[in-house]
Amino acid sequence: MPDLLLELFSEEIPARMQRQAAEDLRKLVTNALVDRGLTYEGAKAFATPRRLALTIAGLPARQPDVREEKKGPRISAPEAARLGFLKSIGVPESEFHRFELYEGHSVSLPERGLSVEVRGTGKDATAFAIIEKSGQPTLDVLAEILPGIIRAFPWPKSMRWGAASAAPGSLRWVRPLRSILATFGAETEDTEIVPFEVDGLKAGNVTYGHRFMAPGEIRIRRFDDYVMKLEAAKVVLDADRRKEIIKTDAQNLAFAQGFEVVEDEGLLEEVAGLVEWPVVLMGAFEEAFLDVPAEVIRATIRANQKCFVLKKSDGKLANRFLLTANVEAKDGGKVIIGGNERVIRARLSDAKFFWETDKRVWAEDRDFKRLERFRNVTFHEKLGSQWDRIERIRALAKELCKVTGVDPAEVDLAARICKADLQTEVVGEFPELQGFMGRVYAGLIGEHASVAAACEEHYKPVGPNDTVPRDPVSITVALADKLDTLVGFWAIDEKPTGSKDPYALRRAALGVIRLVVENGVRVGWSSVENFFGHWIHAGLADQVIQAAGETSRLQELYEFVSDKIPPIDPDCMNRIAAQHWIEFLEQSTFEDLGRFHFVAIELRKISKYKSVDLLSFFHDRLKVMLRDQGARHDLVDAVLANGEANDDLLLVVRRVEALGEFLATEDGKSLLAGAKRATNILRAEEKKDGEGAFEAAADPALLREPSEKALHAALLTAGEAALHALGKQDFEAAMRVMSSLRGPVDAFFEAVMVNTDDPAIRRNRLALLATLRRVTRQVADFTKIAG
Amino acid sequence: MTAMAVPASLDPTRSFQGLILTLQNFWASKGCVILQPYDMEVGAGTFHPATTLRALGPRAWNAAYVQPSRRPKDGRYGENPNRFQHYYQFQVILKPSPPDLQELYLESLYAIGIDPGVHDLRFVEDDWESPTLGAWGLGWECWCDGMEVSQFTYFQQVAGQECAPVAGELTYGLERLAMYLQGVDNGFELNFNGLEGEGKVTYGDVFKQAEAEYSRHNFEYADTEKLFRNFAEAEKECLALLAAGAPPEGSDQRHKQVLPAYDQCIKASHAFNLLDARGVISVTERQGYILKVRELAKACGAAWVQTEAGGG
Repeated sequence: MPDLLLELFSEEIPARMQRQAAEDLRKLVTNALVDRGLTYEGAKAFATPRRLALTIAGLPARQPDVREEKKGPRISAPEAARLGFLKSIGVPESEFHRFELYEGHSVSLPERGLSVEVRGTGKDATAFAIIEKSGQPTLDVLAEILPGIIRAFPWPKSMRWGAASAAPGSLRWVRPLRSILATFGAETEDTEIVPFEVDGLKAGNVTYGHRFMAPGEIRIRRFDDYVMKLEAAKVVLDADRRKEIIKTDAQNLAFAQGFEVVEDEGLLEEVAGLVEWPVVLMGAFEEAFLDVPAEVIRATIRANQKCFVLKKSDGKLANRFLLTANVEAKDGGKVIIGGNERVIRARLSDAKFFWETDKRVWAEDRDFKRLERFRNVTFHEKLGSQWDRIERIRALAKELCKVTGVDPAEVDLAARICKADLQTEVVGEFPELQGFMGRVYAGLIGEHASVAAACEEHYKPVGPNDTVPRDPVSITVALADKLDTLVGFWAIDEKPTGSKDPYALRRAALGVIRLVVENGVRVGWSSVENFFGHWIHAGLADQVIQAAGETSRLQELYEFVSDKIPPIDPDCMNRIAAQHWIEFLEQSTFEDLGRFHFVAIELRKISKYKSVDLLSFFHDRLKVMLRDQGARHDLVDAVLANGEANDDLLLVVRRVEALGEFLATEDGKSLLAGAKRATNILRAEEKKDGEGAFEAAADPALLREPSEKALHAALLTAGEAALHALGKQDFEAAMRVMSSLRGPVDAFFEAVMVNTDDPAIRRNRLALLATLRRVTRQVADFTKIAG
Repeated sequence: MTAMAVPASLDPTRSFQGLILTLQNFWASKGCVILQPYDMEVGAGTFHPATTLRALGPRAWNAAYVQPSRRPKDGRYGENPNRFQHYYQFQVILKPSPPDLQELYLESLYAIGIDPGVHDLRFVEDDWESPTLGAWGLGWECWCDGMEVSQFTYFQQVAGQECAPVAGELTYGLERLAMYLQGVDNGFELNFNGLEGEGKVTYGDVFKQAEAEYSRHNFEYADTEKLFRNFAEAEKECLALLAAGAPPEGSDQRHKQVLPAYDQCIKASHAFNLLDARGVISVTERQGYILKVRELAKACGAAWVQTEAGGG
């Protein structure tokens, strides 16, 4: 069976795009072949900085033949039907006369693979067309599909070039496409060139070796000799092999000198995309640079020079680096190492300068007066400056101190300086070091360890696998930071949709949940709601402006409105809110106070609505989190159903846990079945008698059976006990109460017929079941539980 | 290359001016017109009308030139060996981009003494964008042993106009390249004229005092009120000239005032750069100024394609 080899040879492809491009090429070509009836045994794609390559093994030499039958008109149909049919199957008009339709007649046009025959007799006699398509040679199919795939290739960014770009619609590629190699043929035979052309580039059987070491033309027959000849021409085709070579050589070089490579998978992937022939070399820098924190050195050498750093046996950074050249130099790499050392020296001098400057600034400006500059840094167009944001975090953190029980003074300092490192030179140069540098600098000037830690940890947890802060100061600031983000973006309607979550709000919500659950913190929703209040009237200001009329007493209006919305902290929060209102009032003109009043009330409604919406976002995130942990996320809906204390995420989780444990017991399973049965019966009967028809308490006088009386008594006790246990948030106890119901419920269903003929007794029994439903709902809505 | 014997003092690996002359000779031999620097303050070689405007329109255009460039904010009072507020760029523009542009570029490196047998030359992704010029392109930063020595761009859009055909642009950072070739860590120690002993002139001899004086000017003394005025006036004049030179609506006549108008765009851009260095433009305003300059550049681009050289 023949194989395809395709190579698209271009100018240097960005490293970060290569892997995806190879994968896209494989999918596009194999899908197009399969769509045309051409299946294959295997396909693999490769990328280097200068080429995308694809090999597809085991393709048939031609498409299978296809035979298709088409039913036409009865021969008794009008002439127009006959003509239409002939036209539709592709009979040329000049041949129509040969295609008279009468019983037993058949006629064919072999050159079109077409015949028509009349089947049946009498009034059933009907024309049928038989269309036979012989499969095309695979070579022709390839020639047909490849140009389209190349033209429409999904590069993240593509460009035009050269003289051809004068005309519209010229070929676009990631960088200029220089040549195309496309051969097709069986293993034992000579291969053929797939005959196609794209914008004047004709496919051939030629490629080129390494840009400097073997730039000449190479003739290729098929994949086997392609890989070998490229290797001989100093090109390692497979990115994973290049990675392996770099990794092994790096480890060996390091080991020989008693060092260890600081592994960096992201960098390794990138470097493998920058070379066709990796040659790892070791360079050194002055010991004196090691005063700079290791993270800064690593970031410098990684980001700018794409080099790996090394550590000594004691774990400290060594004054060495590993570079990956793309060439075997005549001098063994001396010049290359020297050049890289010069650049790294210059870069590290800059880094050292940044580090020293930052240290000096932190030491000199102990009051953090420089933070004023955040007033001029926009956080988000609609959410104010970075200064505003920090003020909000401070205000919210202060509120949260009440639940985290931590020294508000420490928290306030931490909240105030937690973004200070964004102003440092080092973070300006290496944004990925944000947080970390704050901790280092705060530590250096002697801030309390908790405050310094919060500078880094308030960003945490960054993802599901990141650690959650344990220090109460960090917890408080981290919660404030994330809640401010969520509330702010909710207020301006920038919620995540589908796969789009540009502000990482899902991550922030998950962070809040993990902070709360893993530290046992109980955040009341009312503070979040208040917080919303402040946001909403700012966020909606422009809409209000549009609806506004005229007034002359703005100050009066302002005071009126600010009165309507309760402040968290009159000094701070209100100031931010007021600022928005003043801006808005300056631009607006209202007819009267009444209208303004109306607006304020509306805004409060919206803030309530938004906070409920955000809460349900948290519940969704909680379900996702539990599902990812393999826990039963259906229990979330069950415990949320009673509508109480749902805003306390910690309690929601505790309830889910207790319910999960209960349902794992025999009592739990049995009670679940009983409760579901009761609800189903109630639902059916409520359809007849109306919603809420059985909510009155059961009348003890109408209880007949012993098991009925027993259930009644059990429900009375359990109702009280569950209420009591839940009041103490003792969910285990509440579940034990539920266990006590299992026996009476089972016995009831065993012995009692609910729908008896006596309407009073029926009603009373249904009331008993409704009580059961109410009692169990205190813990969970069992109908929402699967199984 | 020419047969003329080159004196040792013009060896590009020993002489800054030798480097410039070698690049000029090289690109002249490839058919470029060798232009002189534009006689106005610009932030980069791209601002020269030989690039910004000539990149537009259908006509072939191959040119090379040195452009002294000013970035007021980069001044370090002559105290930083790597950062200057005034430096040289060597600029090559080839339209349409020839199919062997990468090879031509590498050949130019060989010409200035970079031996591919011992150096590691690389094309590393770096997409170029100039918000003030309304321009962007795809290309690379070109590395020699881990150091960026040039910028290589296929222009896709300039002054808000699609490039058709696309021009290839090469920008060599001359000081950095010369420092590497001469093996010097301090830019001011670059040998400027290639002589040794008494006759030797260094880059510092030529420019160090200027760096200190201009840094003071850019950060401390430049008259900001005058600069704000200059910006406003340049903006106004640019638009006025474009309006005055515009062909009557519906006519097929050409535009008559593009180059002088574009000069005003350059002036506005430099005034903005100085104001920015003086720290009198806030973050929010900054974006507004950049937009204003871009609008001027775009208006000039749109007018240029109605001129003869612009193919209109």
